[in-house]
Formats: sequence, structure tokens, C-alpha cells
Amino acid sequence: MSEAAAVETHEHGAMQADQLEPSLTPGSLGKLGMWSFLAGDAMTFGAAIAAYGALRIGNPNWPSPAAFLGITTTAIMTFVLICSSVTMVEALGSIQTGRMARYRNFMALTVLGGLVFLGMQAFEWHHLLGEKGMSIKVDLFDATFFILTGFHGCHVFGGVVYNSVLLIRGMTGKLTQAKANLVEVAGLYWHFVDLVWILIFTFIYLI
Amino acid sequence: MTTQAAISGHEVEHSGPNYIAVFIYLSVLTAIELGVYAMGLPQVAKVGLLIALAWAKAVLVAMYFMHLAMEKRALAVIAIIPVILVTFLCFMLLPDLTTRMWTKFDHPRPVTNPAEMGANPVAPPPMQTP
Repeated sequence: MSEAAAVETHEHGAMQADQLEPSLTPGSLGKLGMWSFLAGDAMTFGAAIAAYGALRIGNPNWPSPAAFLGITTTAIMTFVLICSSVTMVEALGSIQTGRMARYRNFMALTVLGGLVFLGMQAFEWHHLLGEKGMSIKVDLFDATFFILTGFHGCHVFGGVVYNSVLLIRGMTGKLTQAKANLVEVAGLYWHFVDLVWILIFTFIYLI
Repeated sequence: MTTQAAISGHEVEHSGPNYIAVFIYLSVLTAIELGVYAMGLPQVAKVGLLIALAWAKAVLVAMYFMHLAMEKRALAVIAIIPVILVTFLCFMLLPDLTTRMWTKFDHPRPVTNPAEMGANPVAPPPMQTP
């Protein structure tokens, strides 16, 4: 078989595969895997927030969050996460177009945003555990607060580690434009963490 | 803005979203949330507005930062499934909630300082049957 005929046969085979599963063939299996993981993770957060709502609605003497939780700090934390989402998409855009120095700068800013968020959360918890006398053992208000924000904090920590690995690989030359898809997959996780915080900020702090 | 992405060996060209505009929308929506929180609206209006604003922000993040608006529909289907399931979960909790809302006994916050807690600080008040 000539080379041209082999290429044509290969392309024909690929086209047939596309026709077999036209809507189940996303551009990247990594993205499909991450989306599947995030769907499961969303169920966990969704169930936890629903349980929080059920416990709160069922208790007529649920304390007012405003009496315990500071909004200023968490509003800044929300803003920091939104900013880090923007730096993440800029990092992705940079590596997709081969601008590696720009990628490293934006990915470093994304990691920094995660670290700032975690630092502010540690500061908030220290304040609540100390001056406010809150503890996971006191009552359901405290328990649900620490479980939900703590579980989300673990996700932020995981994202910081994930992004740091991609940053280091970019600095050592192991991550190149050809592997930009890895950054897009990591970005999905990071934006999901941002999305969940948006809901936690509303349900736990503002309402 | 035009970006090129190599997907499955094929060069696919698509126009990317304006991320700075999305960032501005998210920041403005957060500011509106804080305004609603501070305005002292009736509880029902406040809760409804805050939930609507939070969902608007979440949809913006999912559609543009997570690229759902530009992706194949299969990924959107995966993304929407947990939303549907959690909605069902909330409905499944309703019978329990309505039952518990009939019992109006006191749930005093026992102590706020853990140092003052006794042997069994979270003992529930005696149950009353409706």
C-alpha cells in the first residue's frame, strides 16, 4: 500500500470513529476524566450544602452567621479566588500560544492567589476558634461551618499543589506548548474550586 | 481574541471569551451581593436575590472560565447531572424538614466558649411528639 493510501485509510478510520461517537468524543480524554471527577465532587459539596440547609431550616434558633462570621475578610477571599481564576486562564492562553515566560508568571500568580486564600482562611479560623469561641464540637452551626469551609480549604490546598507541580514543570522545561492540555485540565479543577467558594460564600456567610 | 488549540491532532480554531469582561461581571456581582447583604431587605427577598446572584456567578465561571460554552454538549451533560441530582436531594429532604418545623421546642445555643463545656455539652433537649 502506498504512503498516500495508508494516510487516507487512517483518516477514513478516524472519521468512522468520530461518526460512531460524535457527541461522546471530547477533544481531550483528560478533560472528560476531570469533568467526571468534578461531577462526583460537586455531588459531595451539593449534598453537604443541602444537609446544611436542612439542619438550618429545621432549627428555629439557628444563630445568625453575621454574629460570628466576618464578611469583609471572606469578601476579600472571594475576590482573591476570582483573580486567581483569571490568572489561570491567562496562564492557559500563554502556554497554548507558546509564551512560556508569560505562562510561568501567570501560573506563579495563580499559586500565590491560592496561598493568600489559605493564609486568610487560617487567619479567620484562628480568630473564630480563639476570640469567638467556636469549635467543631460546640453545635451544628459550628460543625457545619468548619466541615464545609475546611473541606473546601482542602480542595484549595490540593489545587495549590497541583498548580505548583505544573509551574515547576514549566520552569524546568518539562511542560511545553505541546502539553498545554495538562494546564487546561488543571484549570478546570481550579475554576471548580472558585465556583464552589462562590456558593459557600453565599450559603454560609451571606444568608 | 482568536486562539488555536490542538485537539486530537486537528487544529481547531475558536474565538475565546473576553476573560477580563467575565472578571468584571464577577466582581460587580460580588459587590451587588454585599449590597444586598447590607441593605436589610426582608429575609425572603434577601435569600432569593443572594441565591440568584450566586448562581449567576457560578454559571459565568462554568460557561467561560471552564469553557463549557465552547465545549461539546457531552461535557455540559456531565456538568448538569450533579445539579439535577442535588435538586432532587433537596426535594427528598422536604418531608423531614416539614416534620421538624412542626416541633417548635427551644434549641438554646448551650455555650459559646468550649472551655466552659461540661461532660455532655450537646445533649439535645427532650423531644416532643407533634
